[in-house]
Amino acid sequence: MENENAIVNNKELRLEVKNFNFYYGQVHALKNIDLLIERNKAVALIGPSGCGKSTLLRSMNRMHDLYPGNRYEGEMILYPEKLNIVSPKVDPLEVRMKISMVFQKPNPFPKTIFENVAYGLKIRGIKDKDLIAQKVQKSLENVGLWNEVKNRLNQSALGLSGGQQQRLCIARALATDPEIIVFDEPTSALDPIATAKIEELVNVLKKEVTIVIVTHNMQQAARVSDYTAFMYMGELIEFGETKNIFTRPSKKLTEEYITGHFG
Amino acid sequence: MMVNNQKAEIKKSKNKEFIFLSVSLILLAVLAITFSALVYDLVSNGLSRIDKSFMTSFPSRFAEKAGILSACVGSLAVMGVTCLLAIPIGIGAGIYLEEYAPKNFITTIIEVSISNLAGVPSIVYGLMALGLFVQKFGFGASILTAGLTLSILVLPIIIVTTREAIRTIPNTIREAALALGTTKWQMIWDHTLPYSMGGILTGIIIALSRAIGETAPLITIGALTFIAFLPASPITSTFPFISFQWLKDPFTVLPIQMFNWVSRPQEEFHVNAAATGLVLVIVTISMNIVALTLRSHFRKKIKW
Ligand SMILES: Nc1ncnc2c1ncn2[C@@H]1O[C@H](COP(=O)(O)OP(=O)(O)OP(=O)(O)O)[C@@H](O)[C@H]1O
Ligand SMILES: [Mg+2]
Repeated sequence: MENENAIVNNKELRLEVKNFNFYYGQVHALKNIDLLIERNKAVALIGPSGCGKSTLLRSMNRMHDLYPGNRYEGEMILYPEKLNIVSPKVDPLEVRMKISMVFQKPNPFPKTIFENVAYGLKIRGIKDKDLIAQKVQKSLENVGLWNEVKNRLNQSALGLSGGQQQRLCIARALATDPEIIVFDEPTSALDPIATAKIEELVNVLKKEVTIVIVTHNMQQAARVSDYTAFMYMGELIEFGETKNIFTRPSKKLTEEYITGHFG
Repeated sequence: MMVNNQKAEIKKSKNKEFIFLSVSLILLAVLAITFSALVYDLVSNGLSRIDKSFMTSFPSRFAEKAGILSACVGSLAVMGVTCLLAIPIGIGAGIYLEEYAPKNFITTIIEVSISNLAGVPSIVYGLMALGLFVQKFGFGASILTAGLTLSILVLPIIIVTTREAIRTIPNTIREAALALGTTKWQMIWDHTLPYSMGGILTGIIIALSRAIGETAPLITIGALTFIAFLPASPITSTFPFISFQWLKDPFTVLPIQMFNWVSRPQEEFHVNAAATGLVLVIVTISMNIVALTLRSHFRKKIKW
């Protein structure tokens, strides 16, 4: 791949996507994707609707295993474990424990705010009440929600606003110390103020965790990401540092897309 | 010209709406009046008959001495067996069909069969039970046979309502749980089941209030109509202190007792029948109130 040098060799790798293909039954949705994701950086996936951004993202925590007929081909190697996370030999549960996901529409559980954030810890068998309380507080602080909800931790999460709910979902994904968090258009259901908060949050979070974020918003990609991948019709067209992609893309198609000629 | 047309169109649809609403209201009124008349009839005939001795006496040749003790205990025992069998199997089947079963030809056949079973006349279940449980398995006209029969009768109701309740849970919630690394079973136990509990409980209560009034299949399997003793006690004074002998005992239930008294010529027994009917209606209405309360309670807690 052309921009492989975009990631300098001696920097720490987190995820290496190698000759990756994905099939929804007969539909060949991702074609020969190669991608290097560096540790504690944010990577934006952009491209017109239907190009396969969500498909690639959902491969990263094996969500496609939930539905019959889906098939992965090729490799996605998670470092430092050197674990091929799309191998059928690797348990999808193990992958999902390491790679968390935040969805397009906020989807808190109809439980209390505390239970929402603590849930990931609970299913990892953590019983220590103090530790759980500590983790819940830290995650809520990290997403800037603690001061807003600390007096109503035992109220239903459904009483929060859309933006608060999305930050709660991020806190829920964060509480289990994932190695990567993948975001699928996390702000598309939110108003501009809530969106700004989430973007700010992504910028803070990437100090501690690797981030992959799908977005339709070019400005958002430019604001939050270090690297950008442009996809088109199931293929990865261009990948490189965000500032390069947005100022001097090397492919004509990329330039047309980011200048708004299509998509 | 156009504007006139629009006005005429609006008027026409408004008329249609008015006719529809009027017809609905009239039908509702007919229903309400029928129900009130029924309850009034039972109350005016039966209410004065309901007292302590009526509830605690066995049936008798003398109408004034007769009571519904054995029918009450019989109904309770049969409903207990029905609950124990139908609730876990029904919920389990609903969960399996909704969350696990692959969408293929066999599943479709099973689904269609379940819907069809819900429409089979109850006496047919009685015939099936007579052949299978009474004759083939040799369970006799016992509480066990009755419980088995009624649980098969109400299983489709519980399965269908469980599935409907589960289906209202948005898939995004399932994905949220699974993406955190739950197994499917954890997801069902922590999310699917609690969030659909309101609907499932409603279905269970509807099923049980159907079962408690069933007469035909129990008469078909040979339930007694006159019974002056109680089934064996489930708790015994000697080791192991628990006995399942009662499952094999003969029984009667409230609607059969009522049927028996109605079919006698003497007026006094008709009063007993009305009183029994009243007890049955009160039990059923209470169950429905519980169902409604539960549903609104769970609806308030969870909104998507
Ligand atoms: N379950 C499915 N079965 C078959 N094809 C699918 C399925 N889901 C998605 N596809 C196809 O795969 C391709 C990629 O879809 P994907 O959802 O990844 O696009 P996307 O880039 O996320 O688009 P958007 O920006 O609209 O969210 C599309 O052509 C889509 O039609
Ligand atoms: Mg998408």
